[in-house]
Amino acid sequence: MLFVFPTQNEMVPGNGVSWTPLHLMEGTITPNGLHYERHHNGVPQIDPKKHRLLIHGLVKQDLIFSIEDLLRYPMQSKICFIECGGNSNAGWNKQPSQSEAGYFNGMASCSEWTGVPLSVLLDEVGLRKKAKWLVAEGADAFAMQMSIPIEKALDDAFLALYQNGERIRPENGYPLRLIVPGWEGVLNVKWLRRLKITNRPVMARNETSRYTELQPSGKARMFTFPIEAKSLITSPSAHMVLKEPSLYQITGLAWSGRGKISKVEVSADGGETWAEAELQEPVLDRSFTRFRLPWHWNGKPAVLKSRATDETGYVQPERTELVKQRGRHGFFHYNAITNWHVDRDGFVSHVYDKNENETTDSNLSIDSGWD
Amino acid sequence: MTKMKMKRQILISVLIAVGISPLYAESTSGPGLGHAVSPEEIAAWDISVFPDGEGLPEGEGNVKDGEVVYKNKCIACHGENGLGTATGDQLAGAQMGLTSEYPEQTIGSYWPYATTVFDVVRRSMPMTAPGSLNDNEVYAVTAYLLFLNNLIGEDDVMSASTLPKVKMPNEDGFINVYQKEIPRINQ
Repeated sequence: MLFVFPTQNEMVPGNGVSWTPLHLMEGTITPNGLHYERHHNGVPQIDPKKHRLLIHGLVKQDLIFSIEDLLRYPMQSKICFIECGGNSNAGWNKQPSQSEAGYFNGMASCSEWTGVPLSVLLDEVGLRKKAKWLVAEGADAFAMQMSIPIEKALDDAFLALYQNGERIRPENGYPLRLIVPGWEGVLNVKWLRRLKITNRPVMARNETSRYTELQPSGKARMFTFPIEAKSLITSPSAHMVLKEPSLYQITGLAWSGRGKISKVEVSADGGETWAEAELQEPVLDRSFTRFRLPWHWNGKPAVLKSRATDETGYVQPERTELVKQRGRHGFFHYNAITNWHVDRDGFVSHVYDKNENETTDSNLSIDSGWD
Repeated sequence: MTKMKMKRQILISVLIAVGISPLYAESTSGPGLGHAVSPEEIAAWDISVFPDGEGLPEGEGNVKDGEVVYKNKCIACHGENGLGTATGDQLAGAQMGLTSEYPEQTIGSYWPYATTVFDVVRRSMPMTAPGSLNDNEVYAVTAYLLFLNNLIGEDDVMSASTLPKVKMPNEDGFINVYQKEIPRINQ
């Protein structure tokens, strides 16, 4: 762990968040020690010999598995990102966050996960016809549970035992983590101990009171599962300084929970003109995609932007558009374009578009929690 | 079992019978190592409570007892009368509506189901000692929180039969964006 911010509840240690320092990194794979962490009540110390996974409910046969059992199952590996639904939530604030890029957007990481396809285990318990959802529960002190549609479970969800080749570390769910590729982080339940097969969602605290997005109408979006396309220039980014007018490499990351990134465009004039960045191969489904573009800084003020498009045709929105449609109280699923302003001295800061300048109540922030 | 799987099974049986251990290339099959589990064991593990009351245990609790539990176990984080503190969510006393500039998302103004209160208190609270409240205490503190939100009366008792019937004002306040076709931005 590198940079643990004050926890949401200071009376209880270990329920806060630590970010992946995206602005200090290159490539696409997050080293395990730098994977972001979000715990709802600490990191449990689990004895793998005692840990069990129970699968029960609308099945023909309730079954319980030890970790030793699961290690003998057929496995698959998938490289994919995990992003917290609350990542970048400071973007909803009226004033642009001046944190470094990773400490504003780094509740997103990308690993190679290896484990047992959930469909194999669901085949063994035998789903009953009415099975429509499953409730996944962790063995942490929060006993966190989340409802997941059965079709996603059968499609590509899997039970990870390994992360980037080594057994998953305690902070990321040792000994067993549910991976739900492309869907918001909280569904990727860590320390997985139970899967209850049901015909409806359980309506847990974290799918009603939290992880729902209040809209300007007063209604709230619920079950916002896939992460929409997003990109971010990681260098140059906030707090960096360009030493002199010269050639610089613009580099950053793009990802989409709906598939591959098909295009990343970069602007150095605040969105007036755009150029297509080079995507580092291989471009993988629901994974971090590295983009790069050389740029000659002439010493004049500039505004850098990146805009991702995914294979479904979805285009990452400008902040103005996102706020217009969703308001500012949704808290989750902020995926707007980020602007980095380079001043005459080469100092980089975060700015909103001119028409987004909201100067009232600058001391009030909606950034009140992490989940 | 499909015809193809059956044929493969027969072939494997024959190979094993003649002493050959075949490579098994059926990627969607596991070795079947799951262990049977009794209904009693499942009951001990299963703490999920659904909006219709499925999963609620026996027992009951009233507002008065709940106030005592709240003042001993909850008030440090959630504040006087559920008004919240810097460290714990505001649970009651919403003054600002959901369409206001500073909406207050409390149990009374936002949560769609009363059963969720019982479920999260029993499994997760208090954060320093989750699971330490007995079922009657959980019913009682649930009753107190619903009372603070003017959702039940001072003399009401919460139990498996009464809790699912509590009408939550914001039950219809959610849009299921997974199961409804909601247009995406820029689409």
